[in-house]
Order: sequence, then structure tokens, then C-alpha cells
Amino acid sequence: MQYMCLIYSAANAGPAPGTPEFSDYLKAYGEYTAMLQKKGAFIAGDALQPVTTATTVSRENGRTETTDGPFAETKEQLGGYYLIDCDSLDTAIELAAQIPTAEHGKIEVRPVMIFD
Amino acid sequence: MLPPFDIEQSITRIVREEWGRILAALVARLGDLQLAEDVLQDSVVQALSTWPAKGIPDSPAAWLITTAKNKAIDTLRRDTRFSKLRPELEYLAELESQATGAEELQTVPDKRLELIFTCCHPALEEKSRIALTLRTLGGLTTEEIAKAFLDKPKTMAQRLTRAKSKIALAGIPFQIPANDQLQERLNAVLAVIYFIFNEGYSATSGEQIVRADLAEEAIRLARIMHTLLPEETEVAGLLSLMLLHDSRSSARYGNSSEFIALQDQNRKKWNISKISEGTTLLKSTLKKQKVGTYQLQAAISALHAEADTWEATDWQQINALYELLYSINPSPVVRINQSMAASYALSPQKALEILHTIESDPAIQQYQPFYAARGDLYTRTGNHTKARTDITSAIKLSENTAQIEFLSKKLNAIPG
Repeated sequence: MQYMCLIYSAANAGPAPGTPEFSDYLKAYGEYTAMLQKKGAFIAGDALQPVTTATTVSRENGRTETTDGPFAETKEQLGGYYLIDCDSLDTAIELAAQIPTAEHGKIEVRPVMIFD
Repeated sequence: MLPPFDIEQSITRIVREEWGRILAALVARLGDLQLAEDVLQDSVVQALSTWPAKGIPDSPAAWLITTAKNKAIDTLRRDTRFSKLRPELEYLAELESQATGAEELQTVPDKRLELIFTCCHPALEEKSRIALTLRTLGGLTTEEIAKAFLDKPKTMAQRLTRAKSKIALAGIPFQIPANDQLQERLNAVLAVIYFIFNEGYSATSGEQIVRADLAEEAIRLARIMHTLLPEETEVAGLLSLMLLHDSRSSARYGNSSEFIALQDQNRKKWNISKISEGTTLLKSTLKKQKVGTYQLQAAISALHAEADTWEATDWQQINALYELLYSINPSPVVRINQSMAASYALSPQKALEILHTIESDPAIQQYQPFYAARGDLYTRTGNHTKARTDITSAIKLSENTAQIEFLSKKLNAIPG
């Protein structure tokens, strides 16, 4: 099965950029991605620019509407994702729990819908 | 010939007894809980319509599993939504061509453990875990579960459907968790079983009769778990704890269903065979030296069971066990329970001091037993004003009439 792991955290949670903790944090992500690849579980994964760079788009009466910022205001923001392939939710939970941000944020694990 | 009512009762009893094992075997083969449940339910309906005339087969379980399997084959053939399950279909057809009978059930591997781990998966909402366990392992009907939890049958049906749908779509596996996850997942299963027991035993609300069934059901589930995982000491601990608690069930309520506290119970009404089973199991389990919270609570319950009178209770030992329990599980509820033992082992004043250490815990501000316990201690230390305030609070927080009557008597007995 394929699972989307959506990585959420509060803006000021976790190590601050420029600190030694932050470089450890980045290193942990590198190792984590490598681990997924080695297991054959990695499909895709990216970090996102902060939510201040977001633009919300919709179509209304044939016109494209754009607004600054994210669609929903929440304390915890989407910061990145991994798309993984594994046998069951148990494995997905185990892998999601190892995402470095899980230490201070939250990972939402969602199965990918398959149309057949 | 038996009147139809009796045969229907026998069928219901057989179905309840065999449901979990058959369903688990079907899920293992079909890989789909909803399909397995549907075909088993249809087979039960067929049994109810044919058995009264033809008689109950020699092996009702074998009959049910064969019938359910045939229905599954039919469904899979008809329904294109199950195209992914085609290989299973071939397998089932192959099984179908083989001899089926009583001996077949003997060879059906017991998959109830896989099923209970699926139903108690932490990715499911807590109440759904409980409902699903009662439905799939216990064979209770949706209506019975709804009744026990004071829900509308429709609401309960929706809850069960949502849970089964999540199991299928989210890929919650039908398997015993890997070793490194087993303890945590086992705790989740035991919590569900103990919750079911307490709903039945404490009867905080709802119908008394349905409730007693829940306590029995929880014991039955724990027995299954213990048979399948005999080396897990906390499984045995929980079974022992529930047996010991349940041994007192007929002494807990008086003729007009008023609640009777342990102190005032007629100990002759305690069920000796349950006490003996619980105590024997506990003793052999404690020897394995893998102690846990259920075993400690069972040990406390066993000390109560061994005492001929309230006064003869080994309070020192009970107080020490609570201290140990608190060191593993530092919950204010443990302190509340300990306070009673400490009031006898030490003094009511010392017991109040224990309760003072947890007074500001937000978790107990609306917790009825806290006020009942402290009110009792204030009564015994002669602090009547505080006693009245606490027991009045406890009455306000009580959810059943038996508790309210019990506490009202206490309130009226406070001098002044």
C-alpha cells in the first residue's frame, strides 16, 4: 500500500536554523530518507517553503481567485511530506514515527486512494 | 421436540460461543472483515430458519463455517468489487471441493488473536475498539452493544461500519504485532477487555442485565487471550483480577438493588469457585516474576477475598501493594484506592495526607470516588462539615441510583 505522511509542526517548534541542533536535524532527515530508499519504501518526499509563502487558488465563475496565505489557519503547519510504500498501516506507523519532526510535531498518515 | 423458543435460544447460544472463532477464520481466508461478517450473519439467519425443522447439526460450527464459505464464494463470483480477491476465490473453491465436516474446524487455525489485535488497533477510536471487539469476538449484535452503551442502534451501526471501513482502507493488518510492538499493543487489548468488564461490573449507567453480560463477556475474552498467550503474565493477571472482582458480584447489591460496599457485604455470598480460580491463577503467575499493574490489583483483590471479615483484612499488605502499584502507575486513582487501605493500616489521618497530595490534580476534580473516599475519611476523623461537603459532591457526581442511595445514607449518618 501507499501512504502519504504529512509532516506538521508549529512555526517555532523544533531546532532553530543556524544552530548546531538544526544541522543535526537536517542530517537526521538525510539519514531517514536514505533508510527509506534502502528499504524500498521511498516513493517521494520533500520539504516545503514556510506557510508565509503559500498562495490559495480557487476558480469562481470561470475566474481564477488567488489569495495570500494558506486555506486554513492552524497552529501546526504542513512543512513537508513523504510518500511511502509498505505492507500495512503498522509498518507505515513505524516508519512515520521515525520522521525527525515527529519529535516535536505530528505526522498525519493517510492511505493513498487507488482507482481500479 | 423442543418448543421453538428453546431451539432459538440454543442456536443463539451456539452462535455466541462460536462466532469469534469462525469469524476470525473467515477473515484470515477472505482478508475482508465486512465480507466475512456479512456471510457469517447470513449463515446464522439460514441456521435460524432451517435448524428448528431439521435439528441442530452435529457440529454447528462446522456447518456455519461451510455455509459462510459457500456464501462468500457466491458473493465473490457475483460482485465485481471483489475482483481483487479473485485468487482467494480460487482458493476457496478448492477448499470447497475438499471434504468438509466436523474435523475441518479442528484444522482451522485459531485466528482470534489476530482478530482482537486488529479490532483493538490504536489507530481506531477508543469506543470503536470496544464496540468492534464485542461485535467480532464476542458475537454481540449491534443492538445489544448499542443498548449496553446507551446508544441508538443506528449510531452504533454507523460507528462499526466506519471502523471496519478504516481497517480496510487504511490497511490495518490482520496479524499479531511484531515483537517490539507486542507489549504496547497487548496493553491496548487488555485495556479494552478491562473497560468492557468495568462497564458490566460497575454499572455506572444503563440496564443492569445487559451489563452483567458484559462482565462475563470480558472474562470470556480474557480466557481466550490467556489460552492463546499463556506466557503473558499481565493477561493472566487481568483474568485473575476480573474473576476475583466478579466473585463478589452477587454480594454487591441488596434485595432492592441498593449498592453494598465491600465492608458491609455478606461474604458467604462470594463465589468460592471464582475466588479459587482467580487465586490459583494469580499464584502461578506471580511465580514468573514479571509483575505488572493487573497482577498487583489482582493480588489486592485476592487479599480481600481471603479475609473472613472486613476487620481481618491484611491492610498492611494491601497498603504496601498499592505503594508498589503507584510506583509503576503513578495515577491519582491509585492513591484514592490506597487511602482506604492506609486508613486501616496506618490511620485515617495518614490516609487524608495521601489524598492531600493529589487534591489539585485536574484529572480528579470531577471524579466521584475521590469525594466519596475523602468524605469518608473526614467523617472518621470527626471533621463533619468537610465530610458533608465532600459526600454531597460525590452524590452530585454519581451516575446511578444505587450509588446515590448509598451515599445519601452516609450523609444522613454524619452527626450534627
